[in-house]
Amino acid sequence: MKERMLIRLNNLLVKVFFIVFVITISGSANSEEKKIEFIKNNWSFEGIFGTFNRASLQRGYQVYQEVCSGCHSIQHLSYRNLAEKGGPEFTLDKVKSIAAQFEILDGPNDDGEMFTRPRRLSDKFANPYPNVQAATAANGGAYPPDMSVLVKARKGEWNYIYSLLLGYEEVSAGYELDDGVYYNKYMPGNKIMMSQPLFEGAVEYADGTQATETQMAKDVTTFLTWAAEPHLEARHKMGFKVFIFLIILLTLVYFSKQKVWSRLDSKENSDQKDETFDKVERAVTEYEGEDPKTFK
Amino acid sequence: MSEEKYVPKSKLARWFDSRLPLLSLSHHLTEYPTPKNLNYWWTFGGILTFFLIAQIVTGIILAMHYVANTDLAFDSIEHIMRNVNYGWLIRYAHANGSSMFFLAVYIHIFRGLYYGSHKPPREMIWITGLIIYLLMMSTAFMGYTLPWGQMSFWAATVVSNLFGAIPLVGENITAWLWGGYSLGNPTLNRFYSLHYFFPFLIFALVVLHIWALHVPGNNNPMGIDVKKNRNETMSFHPYMVMKDLLAMLVFILIFLGFVFYAPNFLGHPDNYIPANPLVTPAHIVPEWYLLPFYAILRAIPSKLGGVIFMFASIFILVLLPWLDTSKVRSAVFRPLYKKFFWVLVVMVILLAYLGAKPPEGIYVILARIATAYYFIHFLIILPLLGRYEKTSPLPTSISDPVLDKPNIVDKFKKTAGKYEGENVDTFK
Amino acid sequence: MSKKIHSKRRSFLFTATYTIGAVGLGATIWPLVDQMNPDSSVKSLSTTEVNVGNIEPGKTLTVLWRGKPIFIRRRTKKEIDEAAKVDLKDLIDPEKDSDRTKNPEWLVMIGVCTHLGCVPLGGKGEYKAWFCPCHGSHYDTSGRIRKGPAPKNLEIPKYEFVDNNTIKIG
Repeated sequence: MKERMLIRLNNLLVKVFFIVFVITISGSANSEEKKIEFIKNNWSFEGIFGTFNRASLQRGYQVYQEVCSGCHSIQHLSYRNLAEKGGPEFTLDKVKSIAAQFEILDGPNDDGEMFTRPRRLSDKFANPYPNVQAATAANGGAYPPDMSVLVKARKGEWNYIYSLLLGYEEVSAGYELDDGVYYNKYMPGNKIMMSQPLFEGAVEYADGTQATETQMAKDVTTFLTWAAEPHLEARHKMGFKVFIFLIILLTLVYFSKQKVWSRLDSKENSDQKDETFDKVERAVTEYEGEDPKTFK
Repeated sequence: MSEEKYVPKSKLARWFDSRLPLLSLSHHLTEYPTPKNLNYWWTFGGILTFFLIAQIVTGIILAMHYVANTDLAFDSIEHIMRNVNYGWLIRYAHANGSSMFFLAVYIHIFRGLYYGSHKPPREMIWITGLIIYLLMMSTAFMGYTLPWGQMSFWAATVVSNLFGAIPLVGENITAWLWGGYSLGNPTLNRFYSLHYFFPFLIFALVVLHIWALHVPGNNNPMGIDVKKNRNETMSFHPYMVMKDLLAMLVFILIFLGFVFYAPNFLGHPDNYIPANPLVTPAHIVPEWYLLPFYAILRAIPSKLGGVIFMFASIFILVLLPWLDTSKVRSAVFRPLYKKFFWVLVVMVILLAYLGAKPPEGIYVILARIATAYYFIHFLIILPLLGRYEKTSPLPTSISDPVLDKPNIVDKFKKTAGKYEGENVDTFK
Repeated sequence: MSKKIHSKRRSFLFTATYTIGAVGLGATIWPLVDQMNPDSSVKSLSTTEVNVGNIEPGKTLTVLWRGKPIFIRRRTKKEIDEAAKVDLKDLIDPEKDSDRTKNPEWLVMIGVCTHLGCVPLGGKGEYKAWFCPCHGSHYDTSGRIRKGPAPKNLEIPKYEFVDNNTIKIG
């Protein structure tokens, strides 16, 4: 009796579930956050075999240097990274000359004084501001985030960065924007304190590529993705080797396991089965009772 | 554990083993009789052991390069990712390994719930397991604070603020935890120390967990007691060793899939932003494996209530062997319990989903329903089922119907009864 | 006890599995070991360029390289002659002065005593060159060990003149 109640309870729950499930799914579809589709592009580094396009990285560095670095630091990068494998792969001499354009405070010397010297390969990238507070004050109270891992720090990663750079739009009449605030389609909340950074021809590419907005956005996004994940190519390469290896090992272990377990069908075990079978057969055929149909 | 005493072959081995019985222990472990009918859900213990060791090894290595200071922590991890040889690999392995550890532990726990592995005489295995689970959650929580990202800082702030809900002593406890008036350097340092320490506690408890297991022996999918003979058991080595190895490799394949191709998928982008005590992220969420408890915490309208219910949801599991009163262990023979079990699984997954959603509107209502159901399942449904469920008839042994005599005779009788042929002596 | 029946066919499979497994284990262990090797930020500091244009004859500049002191001495004619005149038979660690310098005016050495690692003091000792106060080793104007427990001459690092005023060490 009580069991039937439990059965009914369970059936009720299953029905409730279905309703709950439907509500939840439709709930999240109509939820506050409208799903914004990012601007599509093909990224050479996506996918399990993804690699960076060297030329794009070099152009992207140029965009960072000439447009972004005025406000945005990228403090976890060192100049030597520009020459290392897996990145823009500039020549060592080129990187030395890039680094030497920037100064760094060093010391104290033997006289106890601090001094400035040109940056070296081993030095980190120069910061536009001495500290976070200076950067915030110089930019209307909004700190231009450091770009070292910016791509990983945003939902949507490189697609978000790319879309944001190209996402500045005119506002409709009546939409209030304070001074120094701009409308961006992809910024959460739509209000961003960075003015549109990329305009056609803002940079004259060293390799002669035409510097359209989309080209610059793509290049700098590629550069920033590399900056956030400098070992991406090594990771993909190693991953491939690891997977091939694991599949081979898995196959070998699988067959080894089968071989080991096949010992259970050994003579010992089948002898035991035969023994039991014989005993049953004897019990049935030696039956002396009345009812051969049911053996009672 | 009825085994003949192991006598090593060589004199040196006998001298050693009689003083420190490591060889006897090794013999016990290799010969340990394991039920023949275990399915692949039983391989997760081995998988968990692998991940415990992997986390300890990668963790100790990361500790060689990590700096536990609020000004340097984030930078030290970037140093590991960029400069340390294979640092990116070790870091991603440790972060994703933590997720895999919890995935395996949830499967392991639900396996226990389904097959009745928590029932007498295995209550201590269940309880040591729960202590391990609690330590795992503490370790993971503290570990997540160490990068000192936005999510590290704010998730830790939220959780440590919970202790403030305790009446009278709450504020003092929170300040004691923090070592200050808010989450700061003292907190980071002590979390680092404890995060390094707890896994060794876990290791010790795992030893106790396995020891407690070896007293009654493994449960099995039928849930019935197994005779420790050749018919019904097999030696752990090489059969279960090979099976566990195979299962481990498959799981490692999934693990490395994340490490090499989606290393940040299970994490949160906000943790790549250095911690800022002045800016709170839009949505504070813990790592996915803590989401069900987060959902329960926020479902209850009162702060203290939320804390109580959250801890109760784990404590109730300790009482499980006494709440689940059914004499039948395995859900294989409990058709009604089986259905309620799957309802529970869906409810827990629902809670996890809701834990990641903002606590508004329909999500709050659903979270309350799911929380209520969770407690109803353990406190009301299980005891009722134990009393009133009509369970299926249990087989007499795990080898039934293949080898067990009484039932096979019954089957033969049935077949023989239908025999219409001539030769009643031989049934040919 | 289960009998281990190893037929030739079976054991090939197991051997192959063990071998591949061992390779995998080795490949897994290597990164765990290599991570302790010098990382790329340390390796980038493995060379240092030093401006020596301001050093006058008879003066020594000490710079830090890979965490160790480097003595860069601009020797006087007297010191160079003294060093060249020494008979190799009198040396504990025989080495010609001309083998220890690229330009005899410039002596570039690692300022770490070859005995137990203390930093020798300049302008001291019986040879008025370097003297290690820890256990009393005396080095001459070529940095060679002359008296005391040190077994070898002060080590010459890899270096080159990038131009007349700059030495690159390492």
